[in-house]
Order: sequence, then C-alpha cells, then structure tokens
Amino acid sequence: MTIHHVTSSRFKEQSHAALADAVLQGNLTRMRGNFLPRRAKVRDGLPEFDDLRDAGIAIKKHTIAHLDLYLEAFEAAVAATGGTVHWAADAGEARAITLSICQELGARTVTKGKTMVGEEIGINPYLEAHGITPVETDLGEYIIQLADQPPSHIIAPAIHLNRAQVGQIFADHHPHLKGRVMEDVDEMLDDARGVLRQRFLDADVGITGANFLIAETGQTVIVTNEGNGDLTQLLPKAHIVLAGIEKVVPTLEDATTILRVLARSATGQEMSAYTTFSAGAARPGDPDGPGAFHVVLIDNGRSALLGGETEDILRCIRCGSCLNACPVYGKVGGHAYGSNYSGPMGAILTPALAGMAEAHHLPNASSLCGRCEEVCPMRIPIPKMLRHFREEEMKMGLAPAAARRGLKLWAKLASRPALWRRATSLVTSVLGAMGRRRGRFSALPLSGAWTATRDLPAPQGKSFQSQWARRS
Amino acid sequence: MSARETILARVRASRTRPDEAAAKRAVDERLAGHARHLLPARIALDHAGLVALFAEKAGAVDATLETIDDETDVPAAVARYLRGRNLPAEAAIAAHPDLDRLDWQASTMTVARRAPEGADRVGINRPLCAVAETGTLVFASGPQSPATMNFLPETHIVVLRASEIVGGYEDAWDRLRAAGRGQGPALPRTLNLVTGTSRTGDIEQILQLGVHGPKFMHILVVKD
Ligand code: SF4
Repeated sequence: MTIHHVTSSRFKEQSHAALADAVLQGNLTRMRGNFLPRRAKVRDGLPEFDDLRDAGIAIKKHTIAHLDLYLEAFEAAVAATGGTVHWAADAGEARAITLSICQELGARTVTKGKTMVGEEIGINPYLEAHGITPVETDLGEYIIQLADQPPSHIIAPAIHLNRAQVGQIFADHHPHLKGRVMEDVDEMLDDARGVLRQRFLDADVGITGANFLIAETGQTVIVTNEGNGDLTQLLPKAHIVLAGIEKVVPTLEDATTILRVLARSATGQEMSAYTTFSAGAARPGDPDGPGAFHVVLIDNGRSALLGGETEDILRCIRCGSCLNACPVYGKVGGHAYGSNYSGPMGAILTPALAGMAEAHHLPNASSLCGRCEEVCPMRIPIPKMLRHFREEEMKMGLAPAAARRGLKLWAKLASRPALWRRATSLVTSVLGAMGRRRGRFSALPLSGAWTATRDLPAPQGKSFQSQWARRS
Repeated sequence: MSARETILARVRASRTRPDEAAAKRAVDERLAGHARHLLPARIALDHAGLVALFAEKAGAVDATLETIDDETDVPAAVARYLRGRNLPAEAAIAAHPDLDRLDWQASTMTVARRAPEGADRVGINRPLCAVAETGTLVFASGPQSPATMNFLPETHIVVLRASEIVGGYEDAWDRLRAAGRGQGPALPRTLNLVTGTSRTGDIEQILQLGVHGPKFMHILVVKD
C-alpha cells in the first residue's frame, strides 16, 4: 500500500516555495478564473444536474456495498469478450504484472494515455528501469514527462506551467527545433502532434487508465478530449488497462448517469470529445484494434477503506472540481502536496492510501470552508474526513505542539456554546466588514501565520448560530 | 492465497450483508435489468425535435452539418465540402454496404476502402446512431467501421441517417442490444462516443482543436 514518490511530509516547505514563486502564482491565478465559471454555466444548462448527482451517488453506494460481486461479474464479462483480468493486491504486484505482459510481447516502447493510478503505482520509472520506454501522449502529461515533473492537477497535469515554460521545455527536448523556443501555442501543438504521431505508430503496447469498468459487458471506459487514449489503445499489439477496484459500475445505464455529471464537473463540457468503451482484443475480421486486452485490477489500499471513516472517498470520479474550488490548492498549487493526488481529494486519498505517517500534514491544508463538498458531483464529505484525519493525527502525536495548543483552545470554545457565540459573533462581524469588498481576505490581524498562506473567505451575513437562534 | 482471493476476501470481510443469496440475486437482476435512471427533460421531444437538437448540439462542439435529401447525393456533397476546404478529392472510407453502393467515381472522388493510414487526410465513416442530447455520434467498431477512422485522419466525415438520431445514450444502448451486439464476443471491440472534434486546454487553458484526433468534423444527415 504505497503511493509512488510521496513527499507530503514536506508540505510546509513546499507550499512556502510555491507562494514565493511569482510565475507559479500567475499561472494559478489564471487557473482559478477558468474552471469554476465554466462549470457553473454548463450546470445551469442542465436543470437535472443535482438530481443526477444523487442518482450517481446511489449507483456508487450500491456498487460499493456489493463490490466483490460486481468485480467477479466484471471479470467473467471480460473473459467472455476474449480479454484477461489480472488482480494486483498492491502497487508492486501491479507493476510486475504490467512489466511481464510487456516483456512477453518483446515490447520496447509503450504509449500511455493519462492514468492517475499509473502515477500512483509509479509505472513509468519501473518500466524504464527494465529497459522499456514509456511515452505519455496526453499533451499535458507529455509536457511534464519531458520536464521530469509530477502532475500538478488530476485532470490538467501541466496547469502550473505557462506557454513560455512549455516553449522552453520543447526547445530543450525536441532536437529538431535546434534550441528554438516557440512562442505560438498552435505551433507548439503541431510540433507535439508530429512527434507523438510517430510514437503512436511505433509503440508495441498501449497503457490507459479507466474512468469506469462495466460489470455487465466487461468494457473499460476512458473519457478524454484529445484522442490520444484511443490511438494509444488501437494501434499497438496489446492494450493494458490499469484500474482501481472502485471503478466498477453495474451497467451501461449506470455509467451513463455518472457520465452526465463527470464532464460537466471536470472541464465544464456537456460531454468530453471522446468517451470510449473497450472490450477485449480486436475481433476476427476487424480492420484495426489491439491483438490482446489486459485489465489490471488494483487494490493498493482501497479495500482497507471499506467500512471505515473514509469509505466515501471510493466514490470519487477524479473530476478535479474540488481542486478548482479549493482556496488552499488555488494558492499553493498541486506540487506542494507532494502526491499525485492533490487538493482536497488528495488530502484524503494520500493519507488513506499511503498512511498518516507519510501524509499527516495534508489534512491540515484546508480551512474547512466546505466548498469542495459543495462542488463535488459525488457529494463526498471531504471536510468531515479531514477532521477525522486531524483527530487521528492528534491521537498519534504527529501534530506539532503549537497546533495542538491552538486546537485545544478552539475545542474549549467550541464546547462552550455561550463563549463560542460571543467570540465568533465578534469575529464574524469584524471579518465581514473587512472582507466585504472582495469576498475574501489576504491578510488578517492576529493570524499572520494563517493568512500569509491562505485567503480566508469573508463571512457572508450572520453566523450560523445567530441565524439559527433567530429562526427557532 | 492469490491476489484475487486476497482482494475479494478483504472486500467481503468489510461487507455486512444479512442475506447473501438475496444480495447475489439483486446483483444478477440489476445486471440483466438495464434499468434507466433519471433522463434529462431536454430529450423529451418528437423525432423532428431530436434532429434539430442534434444539429444544435453538434454545431456547439465545432462540427459542421449538412442535410441531404437523397443518399445518392452523398458523394457530390462530400466532393463539394472537400473542394470548399481546398482538399484533394481523396479519402479513406469504411467498407460499409451503405457507402459501397454509392457512386463515388461520378463525383470524381477517389476512395480507398480500408482502415486509414498515417498519410490519409480525410476519413469517411458510418456510425451506429447519434445522440441528440449532446450532439454525440456513436460508432461501433467492426469490419464495416474501423475505429481508427474516427481518430487518424485530420478531417472526419460522417454519413448519418436522420432515423438514426435518438434522444439519450440509453437509446443507443438499446439499439446496440437490439442488434445482438450487447454482450460477449458480439460486443464491438471499441464503442466510440464522439462529441465534436479533438481538443485540448493543456497549454494555458487555451482551447485548441485537433490535438491527436480530427480537427474538422463534417456530418451529412441523410433524410430517410
Ligand atoms: S472528491 Fe469529488 S470533486 Fe474531488 S475529484 Fe473526487 S469526485 Fe471530483
């Protein structure tokens, strides 16, 4: 149960570095202005959006309650289409299975569609160490692979870079440019397209992830916009799918319902350009398609979450909404989290899969403002789980002494309603007056350490307790 | 214990199901039942309404559309479109009977009946159906419809019949099952739901079309 190359224990240092990086701050400002307005617009265009969320949650809950049965059904359905299912209890097993499939085919190069679980198990460095060259083909993943950086966002891996930086990365790594730094984004795209087209044609094996596994049919599903995941799986001798065990849903109808909220939440599109359902190897007589189809079902700590405080994170469809909505992520970016899973979902998934010892700082990287849960299509109670991890941290004695004292004071106030009311109504009204103009603060008196690194949303109107008192 | 047994045992240990046989029955029924969930009200339209909705939604994702009265006019319409874009009158074409019986030569089109190759700039394909809800084309791969046709050529031309336009994705699944291709070896190796052209926002979130897949999509809707 590990996540490849986690440096979450250095969250503090890493976030300070991020805040001091003026270029990164500019790039993050652009990100914040883009995602959420698009999501809001497309959501307004579908009056059923919230009801579809609830339908999606019910599907996930039902599936997780019967996970063993649906996994067995999926395995049988894959076999019926001529594919093979492999089971991997941890990251090491998943890597070994993938390598041995590649080696049996004598593979030298492997193209890859974007796969977060692939990042989780560290498949690229492992293949490389065994003489196989993995080539990322999603444009964002390709850029960060050249730059030798981890993804900074689960759906927009190169969001932390601007065009000048991308131009420099291409100049450094594409010999045919002879050091020329392109400035035009269209030209960069054409350049990458040309390089990757040849890689697609040369590859021996294609590896993709999966947004869904369909138990009824044995199909694996990817949702993309570029078409790279399709060329990755259609052109080589074999298609390997890496998927967490929680990706299974019962039927095509179930997948469809969740698809209706996925693209809208992720990129603000009604539907991504390519939603692809793959089943088995090419059939006899097919003019194209892979010669073999392997699905690697990966546990790597997921089953341990079942029945526990963080089981609900298994509903996550990796849309990235919570990252886009998070004021902390918006300031420090993805790399500060030191995990392939960043932002609010990463602050749950990283300690859940890699363990608290590695990642106990991450649940503190939140103001518990609740926006993540609000935008999450699967309504995952992230703040509640963050609080759970903070309690764990205290119990395990991992929290720094200053934080323990601060929280003790907070707990004292919180457990004495009268005192709490006096303290918070004062704070609420002062904060409200100060932050009214912009709706958020970048500096507060008496809390320099907090607001030096975070914008605190300004309280809107009266506190919950005073509103509650007026109503009842 | 194999990894398979280990994982399943871990999952089972966490599940508390009072009646195991009932749970198994519920799962089997769900898998066979294909029950639909909530459908968006926007697809509650008559067929003419769905055709109009499809055109609107496909247009919104950068596809161009032309309505053709008679299928024999398809080759001329394709030739006209390619001329308009200053492209040679050449294309790779799916080996589909509906496309085979058209007279391409009469419109001076040179068509190669095969899966596309790296150098092909234009590909012509036939979908299984189209979903009005989001302007989505549904392609089922097979000898009559190479999946690579939807990705390799820069220009993607699609010959669709108006009667193939359905409301939601669920209607597409029903068509697939009705054609006997819903399960097992009869299932298409690749089912592509294609909504507009290839795109990315990976550099500064600037929308760019035609990354790895097609930059242009032209849909001919043939009345029937
Ligand atoms: S936790 Fe929710 S919002 Fe965040 S990525 Fe997962 S599904 Fe999306």
